[in-house]
Amino acid sequence: MCGIVGLFLKDPALEPALGEMLAGMLVTMTDRGPDSAGLALYGPQENGVAKITVQSDDPAAFEGLDTALAEALGGPVALSAAGSHAVLRLDAARAGEAPAALASLRPGMRITSRGETIEIYKEVGLPADVAARFGVAGMAGTHGIGHTRMATESAVTTRGAHPFSTAPDQCLVHNGSLSNHHNLRRQLARAGVAVETENDSEVAAAYLTWRMQEGASLGDALEQALDDLDGFFTFVVGTRDGFGVVRDPIACKPAVMAETDAYVAFGSEYRALVDLPGIEAARVWEPEPATVYFWTR
Amino acid sequence: MQTLDLAQSDLRTLNATLQTAATAGGNETAWEVVNPRGAHALAVGLDGPLSVTVRGSTGYYCAGMNKQATVQVAGSAGPGVAENMMSGTVVVEGDASQYAGATGRGGLLVVKGNASSRCGISMKGIDIVVFGNVGHMSAFMAQAGTLVVLGDAGEALGDSLYEARLFVRGSVRSLGADCVEKEMRPEHHALLADLLERAGAPAAPEEFRRYGSARRLYNFDIDNASAY
Repeated sequence: MCGIVGLFLKDPALEPALGEMLAGMLVTMTDRGPDSAGLALYGPQENGVAKITVQSDDPAAFEGLDTALAEALGGPVALSAAGSHAVLRLDAARAGEAPAALASLRPGMRITSRGETIEIYKEVGLPADVAARFGVAGMAGTHGIGHTRMATESAVTTRGAHPFSTAPDQCLVHNGSLSNHHNLRRQLARAGVAVETENDSEVAAAYLTWRMQEGASLGDALEQALDDLDGFFTFVVGTRDGFGVVRDPIACKPAVMAETDAYVAFGSEYRALVDLPGIEAARVWEPEPATVYFWTR
Repeated sequence: MQTLDLAQSDLRTLNATLQTAATAGGNETAWEVVNPRGAHALAVGLDGPLSVTVRGSTGYYCAGMNKQATVQVAGSAGPGVAENMMSGTVVVEGDASQYAGATGRGGLLVVKGNASSRCGISMKGIDIVVFGNVGHMSAFMAQAGTLVVLGDAGEALGDSLYEARLFVRGSVRSLGADCVEKEMRPEHHALLADLLERAGAPAAPEEFRRYGSARRLYNFDIDNASAY
């Protein structure tokens, strides 16, 4: 199973409520997957600032990290911690060197996301607990995606939780299972794209990253995924300014979408959408198999 | 009409109330369900001449295993609406998701919008009328009954079909293995006229093409009977 939700806001008046709406949608999908839950939120742009979200099983590892990283990078770093995750804010010009510096300063620490606007929070546990732990309901933003997992292809761990982010401001959630991920992983490695976990969905995220690095738009990358990925999938993906959905040609993993003047919303089931404002008057449809849908800001 | 509010009652109590009313057979046969909010398995397992209107959209398996009752969904239905229906009528005013009417043995399912993939998969006697389009693999391994599509059919219509009858007014993207177009004879016009009228469908029998099994697959060859 697995449950997926996504929300792409068109009306800026809704932006302060993004986290609250998205967390609510994900909590409704709890019974589609109790193993782990995660949310990616695209927050307000902060000029010249890059954000890196890190996760540690021992939050004590965050102590002094801002000072140590500032020293290593030669520029200021601000840290805000929430439970097992912390967001580091630093000069965008120095962001490229940050992952290597972090790996050397805190070898066990994981980067869940990096970019200008994205933050990813994910943990083993139920959506309500994960959302509450990180205060997701209080977060503002332009768009976001969420996932609650029933594990099939790899272990139930924080690293195996969705969303997966394999490039700045990109993320993907997946319902399904891929059958050619081992082969794709080798092809991506030859192209210089690293996949960190054993998870099949991370391979899909890395595949899209690779396509976009090669110059494809999000929409084109999703079209190419239909040719190159084998297996069952409903994907919802985010970029800094984009939001996309695609289902495999067999399309047995459920999907419902709704669109109004104020938002585009995705849910594995209609239940996830019922509390959205104006849903009664929204255009509600089931995305077609092997058809790419995407929106940009 | 009696009203059941899913915001006030849990699903199990609601279904038990409807099931009891269906079999008790009293004078109170008209019911409505409000605030369905996409809930699963609404109004399932009814066995009696009840009339239930669900005011809103439903999740998985609405009106499953229906017998005798009339269930109307005043919204759209999630996967598996009217799955394994035995008799009675189920009407979806909006769209139906995957495998609508799957394995149904009898009764009438009407979808006034579109039905997505695998509509009528393994149907065994149910009649299904879809006012819009149906998705891919519809009527896969359909054994008996009738599927009527006023719009278009997706890929692989009627793959591995047995004796079910398929009628499509619009285009068929592709026919599945062993499914072929067949001649419309007077008895098919009569069958279709009756079904369209019962479904309240805005179409005439002569606008449709008929599809059925060519009976060329392995299982139709008597020489293979000894393999079992």
